[in-house]
Amino acid sequence: MSTAIEQPTPDSGGLAPDTVVTPTRSAGTRKLPIILGVLTIALAIVLLRSGHSGKTRFQLAVDSDFVQLPDIVVPSGPTAWVMVVISLALTGESVRRMLAHLRQPIWIPIAFAIAWMSGFLSWAAADSRILVVSLLGGAVALAVPLVFGALGGVLGERAGVVNIAIEGQLLLGAFAAAIAASTTGSPWAGLIAAAVAGALVALVLGLFAITYFVDQVIVGVVLNVLVLGLTNFLFRQVLTPNADTLNSPDRFQRLPIPILGDIPLIGPILFRQTPLVYLLYIVVVVVAYALYRTRWGLRVRAVGEHPKAADTVGIKVNRTRYRTILLAGAIAGMGGAYYSLVSVSQFNREMTGGAGYIALAAVIFGKWDPIRATLAALLFGFATNLQGVLSAIGSPVPSQFMLMLPYLVTIFAVAGLVGRSRPPAADGVPYRQQ
Amino acid sequence: MRLVLRGITKRFGSVVANDSISLTVEPGEIHCLLGENGAGKSTLMNVLYGLYKADEGEIELDGVVQHFTGPGDAMAAGIGMVHQHFMLIPVFTVAENVMLGNESTGFAGNLDLDAARDRVTEISDRFGFAVRPEAVVEDLPVGVQQRVEIIKALSRDAELLVFDEPTAVLTPQETDELMDIMRQLKEAGKAIVFITHKLREVREVADRITVIRHGKVVGEADPQASNAELASMMVGRPVELVVQKAAPTLGEEAFVVKDLRVVDAAGHTQVDGISFTIRAGEVLAVAGVQGNGQTELTEAIMGLQDDTSGSITLDGIELVGKSVRKVLDSGVGFIPEDRQVDGLVPGFTIAENLMLNRSFRSPFVKNGALRIGALRAFAQQKLTEYDVRARDIDSLAANLSGGNQQKVVVARELSRDLRLLVAAQPTRGVDVGSIEFIHKQVVATRDSGIPVLVVSTELDEVVALADRIMVLYRGQIVGIVPADTPRETLGLMMTGERPTDLKDVAV
Amino acid sequence: MSDDDQPTPESEKPDRTPRSDFDVATEPTEPAEVDTAEDASATPEDRSRSVLREIASGDAMAGVLAVFLAVFVGSVMIAATDETVRQTASYITARPSDFFTALWEAISGAYSAMFRGAIFNYILDNPAQQWRPLTETLKFAGPLILGGLGVGLAFRAALFNIGGRGQMLIAGGAAGWIGFQLDLPMVIHLPLAILVGMLFGALWGGIAGLLKARTGAHEVIVTIMLNYVGYYLLFYALTKEWLLKTPGSVNPKSPPMHDTAILPKVLGDTFNLHFGFVLALIAVAVVWWLINRSTLGYRIRAVGENPHAARASGINVGRTYTVVMMIAGALLGLAGVNQVLGTVSSGVSLDLDASIGFDAITVALLGRSRPLGILAAGLLFGAFKAGGFTMQASENISVDLVLVVQSLIVLFLAAPPLVRAIFRLPAQEAK
Repeated sequence: MSTAIEQPTPDSGGLAPDTVVTPTRSAGTRKLPIILGVLTIALAIVLLRSGHSGKTRFQLAVDSDFVQLPDIVVPSGPTAWVMVVISLALTGESVRRMLAHLRQPIWIPIAFAIAWMSGFLSWAAADSRILVVSLLGGAVALAVPLVFGALGGVLGERAGVVNIAIEGQLLLGAFAAAIAASTTGSPWAGLIAAAVAGALVALVLGLFAITYFVDQVIVGVVLNVLVLGLTNFLFRQVLTPNADTLNSPDRFQRLPIPILGDIPLIGPILFRQTPLVYLLYIVVVVVAYALYRTRWGLRVRAVGEHPKAADTVGIKVNRTRYRTILLAGAIAGMGGAYYSLVSVSQFNREMTGGAGYIALAAVIFGKWDPIRATLAALLFGFATNLQGVLSAIGSPVPSQFMLMLPYLVTIFAVAGLVGRSRPPAADGVPYRQQ
Repeated sequence: MRLVLRGITKRFGSVVANDSISLTVEPGEIHCLLGENGAGKSTLMNVLYGLYKADEGEIELDGVVQHFTGPGDAMAAGIGMVHQHFMLIPVFTVAENVMLGNESTGFAGNLDLDAARDRVTEISDRFGFAVRPEAVVEDLPVGVQQRVEIIKALSRDAELLVFDEPTAVLTPQETDELMDIMRQLKEAGKAIVFITHKLREVREVADRITVIRHGKVVGEADPQASNAELASMMVGRPVELVVQKAAPTLGEEAFVVKDLRVVDAAGHTQVDGISFTIRAGEVLAVAGVQGNGQTELTEAIMGLQDDTSGSITLDGIELVGKSVRKVLDSGVGFIPEDRQVDGLVPGFTIAENLMLNRSFRSPFVKNGALRIGALRAFAQQKLTEYDVRARDIDSLAANLSGGNQQKVVVARELSRDLRLLVAAQPTRGVDVGSIEFIHKQVVATRDSGIPVLVVSTELDEVVALADRIMVLYRGQIVGIVPADTPRETLGLMMTGERPTDLKDVAV
Repeated sequence: MSDDDQPTPESEKPDRTPRSDFDVATEPTEPAEVDTAEDASATPEDRSRSVLREIASGDAMAGVLAVFLAVFVGSVMIAATDETVRQTASYITARPSDFFTALWEAISGAYSAMFRGAIFNYILDNPAQQWRPLTETLKFAGPLILGGLGVGLAFRAALFNIGGRGQMLIAGGAAGWIGFQLDLPMVIHLPLAILVGMLFGALWGGIAGLLKARTGAHEVIVTIMLNYVGYYLLFYALTKEWLLKTPGSVNPKSPPMHDTAILPKVLGDTFNLHFGFVLALIAVAVVWWLINRSTLGYRIRAVGENPHAARASGINVGRTYTVVMMIAGALLGLAGVNQVLGTVSSGVSLDLDASIGFDAITVALLGRSRPLGILAAGLLFGAFKAGGFTMQASENISVDLVLVVQSLIVLFLAAPPLVRAIFRLPAQEAK
């Protein structure tokens, strides 16, 4: 049955799959087994071609732990092969479900990911050790700007505004944070400034995209260039000559949370971080709850799905969109503070280095859902950190290929290889009131 | 609630959509606004609902002049609207849709979904709607979606309800049910405005009729007036309600469809194993409520549906599995049901649109380059021949009226060497003058010995053009009957019921 | 949409699909035609007034004002960051003349330096040297024009090619490999290097087109991601000697190109202007013909304006997307080739794109996706670039200012109503 609901035509920049060219028959549930199978075979080939002997040590504890977990020492080769077998079993289960036309439960890919990664690591780190805490804790830390950026992206797109300008929001956030924290001496002031800077970029985005109906993707891209030029210009003309007063902020220090931080394994990973990370936990929970459970969230989603319907029940569409993207911009901007107040304690040219685009990738990979987008951002943070860890222990995988991973994963994601995602119906479509 | 509109004028640029319209609607009355497509009915109601701002005039409710700045104000004042295109959010549940904009909340803006569900159930029970508050709207049939719209209005205590072309998407049965609901609401003392261009419906429920033409009120009509009287009032001149056509000269069985099955992208079977034939020189008209597989049938013929099985042959040549281009090249003319989407490129000139499906070879292409001279001469000729009202052939299609756009499409399709014409909703949203013209062209095509497949949701059009009528319901053929089958029988067949004494007419 | 209850013509329908004033893929729309008869009744007087009005409120004026506004913002930035201006501003009430002198010097200094760097250096005596900056402008304009054509052509098919950077990097890497790994006579070597570069650019762009055609994957996302994938691929290639690495060097940079693979200079060795600019001019002509006169261009425009109607008319939309992205990739690839074999022939490096991939977007937007417009926009931004470097060298004002001005121009141009509001011009007739 075709419905009579008027669907907004997304021909103005939404990021939805193109219905005109998309073949209507989808591969459906076949994708997961194929992906799992390919990955398993790839790992097996790597092991066959350059098998490693020796032992791999997984260190679970850090020195300051209250309860010391013992290290796990395993023989590299056999462990890797065991994990291949487990991966194979999981692939088999997924094939069985495909043939029986059953749904693929979420635990299969998760279990597969853990098994595959364990196998891969015991191969890659033969005769060496993996600091599990620093591998995962570092991943969380590296993911901070990505998660902030992705949340900003999710919020904006749920309200129907495509935000390609996450990169610009991160960069201007980092810039403002450095200056504000340097002049006031407080990183918290820097954080607030970062939020304001992000909101400022969002305001300009809104001015052009909402008020003047300019294509949102174009505005986003141009805004990124504008912020890049602006920060580069000011960095050279103002920050560099006055580095002492304007570009030497205090950093956020690590702030272990008393009891939670002492839980073995989880504590050091999640609760011995900077206040920015704890703020992130709060923001994720609040955004996810507010979007699905509150009046505000209902209206934001309505405006992103079918603005005209929202208008006819008295919701001010463009006002709602403005408010939402300003909030989204502030959240993304706070992510920028990570660069100049946590990672290093100063602002540098182009220091976000394309993280905004990875955040955008997380939005799509996370299917426009705050929790999934957060997980996607964490995954990308993990990939980045893994690359660092592996190149430190001299792993045979070229680091360039590890760094490529988030981008490749995103391409596969949008190409529908990991399940077709459906963006908000009016994403990217400006709303004209009569 | 008593509504008075006084001297409402609304302009879009230099076009006057509403010209000083005055109107009174009493409580407990069903007031019909009758007018052609483009007469300005919806504009008027959008002014009333606060979606447009009137340039002149005032709106008075129970003696108080209103100043609406948006639909929120109109709703607060007690006006509810059931929109032609439902204003529902497909991915939300019924309860969420009903509460949207009017949410009851708990602590910190927390949604009180229970209260919303109760409200839906209460209203649904009161009027016997049988709507589940937890259902997701996009999964509901169209008729039920419309009830959700009504519940939405009622949940905001609307005293005046506006129904904007509500029957366009309904089966005859659902239409009857809607009429009952409207009478029920009237009994409950609500004032009702019913916008339509369908004469039959007007005469069935209206207490009063106001006819609008070219943005002006042309007068009140008596609900007892005949169809012809109403139609001539609506159009401004006597209208031929029947298409003049001679008996068909039947030829070979040129177009044969066997066991056609079409599955859409979501995996639903939209055309479920249908078979029929059309002879050369014959019009087969497909009747049915929108969404019963007609769109997929025409698209499958054109090669626009990917998952198509069965057989479609034209003069013995198999079309299933061929690309759109091959189908077009084998002589199929296609007037798509939505010209704005599938028929025209709005940013192209008339001339450019006229070569849209001939962009690969002569007469307009030579060695990969456009033959602009040939195209312009052709366009010039067709502009006159098909009476397209435009400044010149370089006018953009976007700037033409609906009727003229449709004439461009018809001109393009009929000026090729056709062996089959597929016309889907050929006169939807088109003024009466253009309707007459297009109908004549369709009949002329049939008289030149070409098989014609017409798809229309307007029963009047089906009856007017058909030599035989095929009724589709849920992707299956209910029956293929003679053109003179009584309307009641056709209406019944459109709900999927096949009268027992009915016989399919052979070709 | 078909049964909208609006009077004719439908162009006046207020709820048409939203279209920005800045719809890059369309020609400017004609004023709505109400009726054929209506125009004839207009008196000559009305008409001349409407012409004036058109100039005041039309796109041309908005364009000029957009440039003006952007340059003004740039001037404010120069003034605000100038040391002398700030010092004199601290005692502006005491001696305002100091402040205004400093203001004038800062701004005029910057712009005259730009002029000297971009067009004509009046400080020098030798006429050849005086005109040298203009040749620099043309040199910088070459790849901008090529890139702008690549982005603009994709725009005509309603595709947004943000992947210029990746396409340039991959093409530049491939052309560079041919350029220093092979030993061939120039008549073969140079054309081969150019063609291989374009081919790799086409492949890299074609991926996005093919994925869109096959899976519906949005090209914006795919091209952004391919930029990074291309970057890391080139990075990897620069670490392998059989690919692009210079033996014995730790820098990610390839050996210099052989002389047989370098684009020759147009005006002799005293000027840097090489044949890349000529290639750009040829590309402008070819793309113009392609869009306006060829059937492929017709189909590209049809797909860009309304893919549904194009599909229903037998045009293979997916194939068109793939072909457009391949041509776009080839054009951006040519821009990359232009860098590797012309402007920076000392070796392939990771920054060979010199941000042209993104600049090309602004060029295409400013040029409204039309070849001649792109030519003009490319020349303007080329001049900005050439002048920017001189400005940085002689006035110590960061060349990044150019980036700001450039993006501001595009933004202001995107929203003529905003510009008109700023200058309090009459609003355009409602469309």
